[in-house]
Amino acid sequence: MTVESTAARGKPRRSTNRSTTTTRRKPRQPRDGMVQLLTPEGERVEHPDYALDIDADTLRGLYRDMALTRRFDAEATALQRQGELGLWPSLLGQEAAQIGSGRALRPQDYVFPTYREHGVAWCRGVDPTKLLGMFRGVNHGGWDPNTNNFHLYTIVIGSQVLHATGYAMGVAKDGADAAVLAYFGDGASSQGDVAEAFTFAAVYNAPVVFFCQNNQWAISEPTERQTRVPLYQRAAGYGFPGVRVDGNDVLAVLAVTRAAAEQARSGQGPTLVEAFTYRMGAHTTSDDPTRYRSDDELVSWEAKDPLLRLRRHLERLDAADEAYFAALDEESDTLARRVREAIRTMPDPDPMSAFEHVYADGHSLVDEERAQYAAYVASFADREEN
Amino acid sequence: MAAGTSPASPVRLPLAKAVNAALRTALDADPKVLVMGEDVGKLGGVFRVTDGLQKDFGEDRVIDTPLAESGIIGTAIGLALRGYRPVAEIQFDGFVFPAYDQIVTQLAKMHARALGTIKLPVVIRIPFGGGIGAVEHHSESPEALFAHVAGLKIVTPSNASDAYWMLRQAIECDDPVIFFEPKARYWDKADVDPSGIPGPLHAARVVREGTDLTLLAYGPTVRTALQAADAAAEEGTSLEVVDMRSVSPIDFDTIQRSVEKTGRLVVAHEAPVFFGAGAEIAARITERCFYHLEAPVLRVGGFHSPYPPARIEEDYLPGLDRVLDGVDRALAY
Ligand SMILES: Cc1ncc(C[n+]2csc(CCOP(=O)(O)OP(=O)(O)O)c2C)c(N)n1
Ligand SMILES: [Mg+2]
Repeated sequence: MTVESTAARGKPRRSTNRSTTTTRRKPRQPRDGMVQLLTPEGERVEHPDYALDIDADTLRGLYRDMALTRRFDAEATALQRQGELGLWPSLLGQEAAQIGSGRALRPQDYVFPTYREHGVAWCRGVDPTKLLGMFRGVNHGGWDPNTNNFHLYTIVIGSQVLHATGYAMGVAKDGADAAVLAYFGDGASSQGDVAEAFTFAAVYNAPVVFFCQNNQWAISEPTERQTRVPLYQRAAGYGFPGVRVDGNDVLAVLAVTRAAAEQARSGQGPTLVEAFTYRMGAHTTSDDPTRYRSDDELVSWEAKDPLLRLRRHLERLDAADEAYFAALDEESDTLARRVREAIRTMPDPDPMSAFEHVYADGHSLVDEERAQYAAYVASFADREEN
Repeated sequence: MAAGTSPASPVRLPLAKAVNAALRTALDADPKVLVMGEDVGKLGGVFRVTDGLQKDFGEDRVIDTPLAESGIIGTAIGLALRGYRPVAEIQFDGFVFPAYDQIVTQLAKMHARALGTIKLPVVIRIPFGGGIGAVEHHSESPEALFAHVAGLKIVTPSNASDAYWMLRQAIECDDPVIFFEPKARYWDKADVDPSGIPGPLHAARVVREGTDLTLLAYGPTVRTALQAADAAAEEGTSLEVVDMRSVSPIDFDTIQRSVEKTGRLVVAHEAPVFFGAGAEIAARITERCFYHLEAPVLRVGGFHSPYPPARIEEDYLPGLDRVLDGVDRALAY
């Protein structure tokens, strides 16, 4: 895949002072305002702190990532409507925030997602069909976090931000050359767990990037219900840099996340990245946003669509033609078909599997209940035979 | 009615609407009552339980809070100290735990620490239980984790009428009350008579008389227990169904009377049986009714495993078959 090179470009820079007790080098203080490298019209603009040298291949790769992610997401929403999934949290509108940050990472970095990071999962190489299991109700996770350095989705808001911080503390102790990405939302920023994560990361200088997708809504509550200052400014109070990036600008997100991850890897501690974006769909398929937000708002954000602007940019550059987009459409349809087939053939779990993996070392009560329940189930079979 | 549209004569309401009516009546009756929680305002809550309340009572009384459960309960405590009567909503059972510290270390104990000089009339509404095909953390029954803590009262209605009355009584109560709402029963309808006279908040109720065995249930399992009694009746077995209604305190007198009559007790709850409410009931009833018991007290409920994925939750839940199996086992002694 063309974009693999994007992820590999961040040069490994081994830190000399990775100990958690030494004082860290003073990180660069980003300036106020929102980092943007691509206008909604698809025009490339420069930012003094975030130079980005990017070739056409990589640009097309980013577009492809976003398009396929959007198609996958739409398919999952449709599958929920058809009763194949119990619930689906759509990432519609957040493709640039997720692909830009996901592609800023290297394989040895580690990601702690919420439940909406389908685009980041894609970048990490998690098979999209695996994301569906927990929303179909056949499992609570569905993938091995260590295969792709992509932790399980976390539903309890804010919890994973602490896990990411602890993981990063471990990375630092090991002297390893990796950054940890903690994804969370604007709503999550209110949780005590997130505040505690900031504290720990700051005092231990943990190599973690706090990646907040401010999609303007936490279910029905606007961001103003969570904060009176721009979220990125919270970092200052903890003593690490915070930066707001245009979350619908995949290039800016890529550049900003890459810089933050490099700071983390090189021993300069945490950064808070606030990706300013918009949840274009409902909170989940169970939600009805017409109850709490206006169409005007949606329309104004549609004009800032992350795919549209990169497409415009590609067209300006003559870097993609009709044939490219047609081929991509076909690839999207193929992906959607694969997802559909996978879900329709996804088996229900064996009821007895509920007793598996409750403990790593086993537990006598679980064994007892498993045996009792097996006997109970078997008693129906006996009755049927008789 | 202007602000309040509390029903005056009996109406048939789904349980969720009965909760709404109780909140409305309480907001109307006492300016100190507040409703607070995530998405309770414009959205009317994810189950629409608080639908229309913010519109009628304003944002100062029906409060959309930041997304922080410890914050919700911690500030509810402060508001109560200042003379308010907050009714806090936790969006789902699995999300109460960020607030567990505030509930257990502060809310439950403050009245005692102040030697009774201060009161904490906080109600915490929590939709609980499974059977709705949800993802993780949306189907749990954590009542025992709270019942273990002195200073908290815990109740759970099984029907719309109880939901209405028990919530009103909970709001009037000067102690902290955790009000568990059986979310799988939110759409079950029953007659609610707001001009009626409610029984005591913590009394159990015999909801079906019988002679052979007492089936004790609460919240979502009451409906299952009644179905089990119907099924058992067809086979010639007479079950007495008791709706426990209150988990702390427990009305052991009513349960005892029933068990002395039937000689057998099966307890059904969705929560894991290990250290669950059924364990406490079995111990107390064995003490109280030792010479009346024809069989050990049996429990039917969740397993010692995480609440399973939705596709196999019916195996975990004490549904009709598993309850009847428990009944059969008790009768076989
Ligand atoms: C501790 C906790 N409380 C409440 C919820 C219910 N809930 C699920 S998502 C959500 C809003 C999250 O908003 P935000 O953090 O902005 O993320 P977004 O959904 O916008 O991606 C809420 C309240 C939860 N999952 N966990
Ligand atoms: Mg949000």
